[in-house]
Amino acid sequence: MSRIVAVVTTDRDKVAGGGAPIFIASSEEEKKKVAFLLEKIMDAAVHDLHNGQYILVDRSD
Amino acid sequence: MDWIVTHRYTIGIMIGAVFGIMARMFMLRTDYRQYPTYPHGRIIHLSLGVIAAGLGALAVPSLLEKEYTAVTFLSLAAQQFRDVRNMERQTLSNIDSMELVPRGATYIEGIAMVFEGRNYLVIFTAFMTSLFSIVFAWYWGVVAGIASLLVSNYFKSGKSISAIADVTNARLRIDGPDLFVDDIYIMNVGLEESQKIMEEHGLGLIVTPKNKNSRVTLANIGQRQAILHDMSTVLGIYRDTGEPSLIPLSKLDLNDGRLAVFLLPQEKDPSLARQVLLRVPILESAVRMPSEAHVRASGPL
Repeated sequence: MSRIVAVVTTDRDKVAGGGAPIFIASSEEEKKKVAFLLEKIMDAAVHDLHNGQYILVDRSD
Repeated sequence: MDWIVTHRYTIGIMIGAVFGIMARMFMLRTDYRQYPTYPHGRIIHLSLGVIAAGLGALAVPSLLEKEYTAVTFLSLAAQQFRDVRNMERQTLSNIDSMELVPRGATYIEGIAMVFEGRNYLVIFTAFMTSLFSIVFAWYWGVVAGIASLLVSNYFKSGKSISAIADVTNARLRIDGPDLFVDDIYIMNVGLEESQKIMEEHGLGLIVTPKNKNSRVTLANIGQRQAILHDMSTVLGIYRDTGEPSLIPLSKLDLNDGRLAVFLLPQEKDPSLARQVLLRVPILESAVRMPSEAHVRASGPL
């Protein structure tokens, strides 16, 4: 089973806490930049949830 | 000629051992997959082949001299080869974590099994050759040796994907973050950079199974991982550590059993990719034959 490593969003109200750190970006541009950096640093894939949120998922078995 | 008659055991053992070693050499080939590795992997395989050939050839005189308990060394040999198979599996599993596209446990298991099986074929070759040399004459031994070599050759190559499925090149479609190969959904790609890379370098293929048995074999995850690994070995892989989204993937269409293969090769050549996929070997452990199950199609079970 995979694990959510981090969440990147512009809207604080859309995510409730639960173990993974939430990065709140102030714009779409910043959201994409933060997600890009996190993907490279964590080696975890970024997925777009179609509602303005990105999640980073750890699939190392 | 007298010398041959008086020393027929020695001649028989020598001819048996020679044919056993020849059998191992014919079955040993390091191809694009670089297994066994060169040079020490080959040395190990050949040395074990020599030991197996010697054992197989020696068994015949011991049986003929009624030294039946001496044949228990064959069980010792079986134990040794099983241990070597375990060692082989462990080595391959350890380095598998260091591959950009891993082989997977099923492929590794298949390799280890083939390794053990080939040593037994060598024992068989040496035994038959030695038997015919000693019981009949040395030239009958040579004939038996050649026949055993042909048997070993038959068992050497397995089937490839072309026997169970058809492969076609497919269109890649990136709809925002969703990646499709034809109509089969592959994955969600979040980053725009990764989406652009996939559009530029990505390659999609559809594997259509030929019948019910093929459908189940293709659905096997180990078989699919082997397909991805072999294709990445031949075509190269546009990936690195720190690029987790650029991973080759295979996904099934649950309704008709078609398999969509997505990868990012260094050489983007669709027709070459299709040829490579058709030649991927079918893993023994992945083969299933539901059509041979003895269950009644209708009536109470």
